[in-house]
Order: sequence, then structure tokens, then C-alpha cells
Amino acid sequence: MIRFLLKGLIRDRNRSLFPVIVVAIGVTLSILMYTFMFGFLDETVRSSAKLNTGHVKIMTKGYYEIQRQLPNDLSIDDAGTLIGELRQDYPEMEWVPRIKFGGLLDLPDEEGETRSQGPALGFAVDLLGTNSRERTRLNLKGGLVRGRLPLARGEILVSEGFAQRLEAGIGDTATLISSTKYGSIAVQNFVIVGTVTFGIGPLDRNSVIADIEDMRYTLDMSDGASEILGFFPNEVYDEAAADNIARAFNTVSAGTDDDFSLVMLPLREQNGLGEFLDMARFRLSIILFIFFLVMSIVLWNAGLMSGIRRYGEIGVRLAIGESKGQVYTSMLYESLIVGTVGFIIGSSVGLGVSFYLQEVGLDISGMVRGSSVLISNVIRAQVTPSSYFIGLIPGLVATFLGSAISGIAIFKRQTAQLFKELES
Amino acid sequence: MDDRPLITTHDLVKQYPAGGGFFTALNKVNLSIQRGEFTGIVGPSGSGKTTLLNIIGALDYPSSGSTLVIGTDTQELDHRMSARLRNEHIGFIFQTYNLLPVYNVYENVEFPLLLLGMNADERDRAVMQALEWVGLTDKVRSRPNQLSGGESQRVAVARAMVKKPELVLADEPTANLDAENSHNILRMMVRFNEELRTTFVFATHDEKVIAYIRRKITLNDGMVVEDRETKPAIH
Ligand SMILES: Nc1ncnc2c1ncn2[C@@H]1O[C@H](COP(=O)(O)OP(=O)(O)OP(=O)(O)O)[C@@H](O)[C@H]1O
Ligand SMILES: [Mg+2]
Repeated sequence: MIRFLLKGLIRDRNRSLFPVIVVAIGVTLSILMYTFMFGFLDETVRSSAKLNTGHVKIMTKGYYEIQRQLPNDLSIDDAGTLIGELRQDYPEMEWVPRIKFGGLLDLPDEEGETRSQGPALGFAVDLLGTNSRERTRLNLKGGLVRGRLPLARGEILVSEGFAQRLEAGIGDTATLISSTKYGSIAVQNFVIVGTVTFGIGPLDRNSVIADIEDMRYTLDMSDGASEILGFFPNEVYDEAAADNIARAFNTVSAGTDDDFSLVMLPLREQNGLGEFLDMARFRLSIILFIFFLVMSIVLWNAGLMSGIRRYGEIGVRLAIGESKGQVYTSMLYESLIVGTVGFIIGSSVGLGVSFYLQEVGLDISGMVRGSSVLISNVIRAQVTPSSYFIGLIPGLVATFLGSAISGIAIFKRQTAQLFKELES
Repeated sequence: MDDRPLITTHDLVKQYPAGGGFFTALNKVNLSIQRGEFTGIVGPSGSGKTTLLNIIGALDYPSSGSTLVIGTDTQELDHRMSARLRNEHIGFIFQTYNLLPVYNVYENVEFPLLLLGMNADERDRAVMQALEWVGLTDKVRSRPNQLSGGESQRVAVARAMVKKPELVLADEPTANLDAENSHNILRMMVRFNEELRTTFVFATHDEKVIAYIRRKITLNDGMVVEDRETKPAIH
């Protein structure tokens, strides 16, 4: 009997192929929507963490209060010792010093006269250390547009956009004019060895990346750092752990309260990222909810329609001697089969595309040129464990409920009535 | 042998809600049909023939009154039991054949036997015999949309007869057939009636059918206005 019904199901494309396609498409779209949204959030957190906030960040209190001004006069003095201590206390984490600096980048001509110049926003990171993971963290190789990465002191990268505006070529010498930790003017020549793109609008406009030792020297910061960033293993942000580490760190240093006492902030508490994330999650869950609702209604309706279309066939089966319960059960089984097959196909396609977008990403910089929002121009999906199951809601649950509800009509209607619909 | 009537109706009334009041489709129908009869329910369109046939087949319930079919009061049957009554004892034949389009001829005829839980060998034997009765052994694998109207109705007859039911209810079985096919089908039914003692009840206003029946029950406005034996014009 089951084989008989399966045969009918497979032969009737209106009952098998088309519903499966509809369900599969619905599930695929739902999963893509879902993983994209997670990808978007994750990408925001990731790019913010590696460029700016770390998973936790240590600054002096004085620096923290006016950090937008890049006040390196309030920077951390003995970064080496501090990092040594942090490594002991939190061995699983990676601690890296960074210097952020502002200044003017000047390109001289052969006579030493200014050919072009522009304000620069600088990041100094450990570019040359043999064990440094900063190059990979910032994906400098991936972001390289022209030239190569710095291999020696005195070499810098500039953002491609900046290089174009300054009409700077690879190998050109540029003069950085800034101010030292102690307020006097700092002038230092660098060789531009490469250009990079950040995939983030504002940073592409005027960024400079230098080696931290170069900048310590230039800015007279000896073993100093503007900030020390802490990263969890594999660059995966753990909100709760970050909060705990920051709380513990801040309790210890709470006693001192001068400008140079240290403060640690988890990612969430920096640059309004917490509010941003909460807001984004809230909005995304509303969008997701609406999307899932619509998707479910569509699939539910598909289940409903196919049930109604079959009143005639059902009438015959009842006349031949199948009971209403048997017919109903077989309809539910059918919808389970259709839902499951659609769910599997849809999930495979959806997850497949999601995985691809997780690894490769979708470059939308063409669509958002000139934006000043701090959002990556590469959209990525993120496959979370729940992505494997999320398709069950529109795929299986909605399809099943559609059939279940349309099937109730079988019981409600008089059998003879099912016939009339068949004969007309 | 059981000589109680195969079908008995008692004060059968069927009303449909219509514009605030009721429309009475069957009005106090009292009938008794014996095993082995070859009976036609005739009457103008809208007189209640289909309604009566559906109630006898437990596809529909009366508003009041009762029906005894093969010893069971159909009003006391739940969904499952009425399905079983149909499955085990009643064959249906409809004006529009009502074959299941996704199944081939063989499978359509096999379906009632699957519901009966018959094993594969017995099923095969019964299906092939039924197809032989109706002369369709060469169309075993055809799908309903590949059959002519006459062939389709013969498949429907085979499907109704394959389980050798005591009762066959046929609602306008010849309405969509030409004269030759109609006579063909009716001759088969007469043979089943004679050889297997299958009881046939037709709902019809087709003179060709009326020519075969041995009892004619005439309905008008839901009431039995005439009930008499007839001498079949054709054998
Ligand atoms: N579900 C229903 N709701 C309301 N009225 C109905 C319903 N089913 C049948 N009727 C009415 O009951 C009456 C009898 O219908 P029935 O189908 O039994 O007639 P019939 O004798 O079979 O006619 P025909 O020869 O045209 O098939 C008709 O007037 C019809 O309109
Ligand atoms: Mg009728």
C-alpha cells in the first residue's frame, strides 16, 4: 500500500516535483537570508575587532577619554612589560601593541618641494616581527593592490585610494609629518612599498600602515603603545569571556585614578558597538521573522492548494473504501516526504552557497562606492549551527501544517460533497 | 442463504439547507431491495437519485430515517466502519469513470484489493480475471488518459467487480458512452448479476439502461412515485 501511494506521488509531478521545488526554493532563500544576516553581524564584529577594537582593548584612562584625537601623549609607556604580564594572566589570548597616529603625508619632487600632500590616518602594527600574526590578522596580503608588504624598517603601505590621490607610485619616498609623544614635531621619511584596500570606505581614503618599531622611533615612544589589543584564539569573539576579563582587569587597576592608569574595554563597550549590535540583531530578527512568516505562508498555502486540488481523487479513494483517516494520514506522509526532500535539497543549496560566501564573500563595493559607513564592502555569509535547522520551519513545518489544515476539510465535508467537486 | 433484503430504507429524508429554510431532496423513501436484484432508480433530473444512491453507499447521511445495507445500519457507522463497508461489500461506478490518473489500468483495478490487504499473488489473479471479464487484458499498462471513454468505463467496472462485491451502485454509468459501448457495459453487468449474483442498483434516466433493468423505482421530487417489476427488453 505504501509503495502504491509512493508510486502515485512520484508520478504526479503536481504533487511531488513542483511542491519539492517550491519548498526547496523557500528553504534556500530562508537559509541564505539567515546566514547572510549572521555574516553581516559577524563581519562587522570581525573587521572592527581586527582593525580597531580588538576583542578587548587596553588604554590609559586619559587616552580613552579623548581617543578620537589620537592623544599619544597619553599613550601606554611600558607596553612590553604589560604584555608580558597579560600573557601570564591570560595565556590563551594574544596581546598586541598598536599605535594610532595622525599626520600629514607629503610627497616631494626631485628638488624636495612638495608635489602633493594629504592628511593621513596611521596604524602602526608589528609588521616585521617573525612571530607576529598582525599581517594575517589584517589580511594585508589579501588587501594588497600594488607592490609588496614591508620587509624592512622604513617601509610603509598606504591605502590605494590615498596613493591615487597623492599620485604616489610604488618606491616613492614620502615624508610623514606628525607630533611626538612629547609634543614636538616629528618628521620621518618612508618608502611606499605597496598599496592596500581595506574594503572599508573611510579607511581607504587616507590610511597609512607602518611598522610599530618605526613609529615608536618616529614618535619618540620608546616601548610605548597607543593601545594594546587582546584577541581570543582563532579570532572568535566571546562576549561573556571578554566581559569577565575586562572586569577582572579593571578591578585590579581601579585603585589608581590618574590619566595614566589603565582601563580595559571589551569590544561591546567600544565605539557604541554594543548598541549597534543590539540594534542590528533586533532589526535583523524582525526582518527574519517577517521573511520566515511570508515564506511559511507561501509554503503553507502550497500545501493547502495541493490538498484542495485533490478533493476529487480523495472522493474516489473514499468510495473505493479507504477511510478518511487513511486518506488524511497518507496526505500527511506525502507532505512530510515533500517537505523533507525539499528541506534537504533547499538546505544543501542554501548551505552550499552560504559556505561559499563564507569563504569567498560577495564584493558589493561597486554598489556602495563613496559610502562613509564603516561597513565592509564584502558581504559574507556565516554558517552557524542553527543554519542547519532553520530551513525546517518554512520547509517541513509549514508544508506539513498546510496539508494538515487542508486535510481537515476532508473530515469536515460530507463524503458525497467531495464527489460533487470531483464531478464538476 | 440470507434471505433478508440487501438494502432497506425506512422513512429516508434528506434535506439541504437552502435560503433560510430547507430543500427536501428525499422525502420519506421506503424501499427494500433483495439480493440479486437488477434495479434502476429513475426519474427526472434533480429528483434525488444520486442522493439516494450516496446514502445507500454510506457516502452521505440522511437527515432522518434509516438505511440498512447488508445487515448494518449505516447511520451507526463511523468513518472507518463505513469505509470498511464500502471496501468489502460495495462497488461504485460513476458517470465520469473517476479512474485515478496517475495509476495505470492494472493499478486502478488493484487498488481496492490493496485496501483489503490481499496478498500479491491473489491480487494479481483477481486483477487479471477482472480485466479479462471486461476484455482489457491488452491495456494493462495503459494510463487512463490513453483510454477511450468505453475502455475507461470498463476499467471502472473491473475496479468495482474485482473484489466480487455483493452490491454495485452505478450512477449514470452510460451517460458519457455511445450506444454500442453502453450496451457492451450493460451486458457485462447482466452477466455479473447472473453468474456472481451481484446486486445492481442504477441511478439513471437513460432508456438504454432502463431496457435492461428488472425493477424500476421512479422518484419525483424526492418521493417514490412508482415501484414496479419490469420485463427486461434486452437480455
Ligand atoms: N449539497 C447539496 N446542497 C444543496 N442541494 C443539493 C445538494 N446536493 C443535491 N442537492 C439538491 O438535491 C436535489 C437532488 O439532487 P440529486 O443529485 O440527487 O439529483 P439527481 O436525481 O441525481 O439528478 P440528475 O439526474 O441531474 O443527476 C437537487 O435538486 C439538488 O439541487
Ligand atoms: Mg445524479
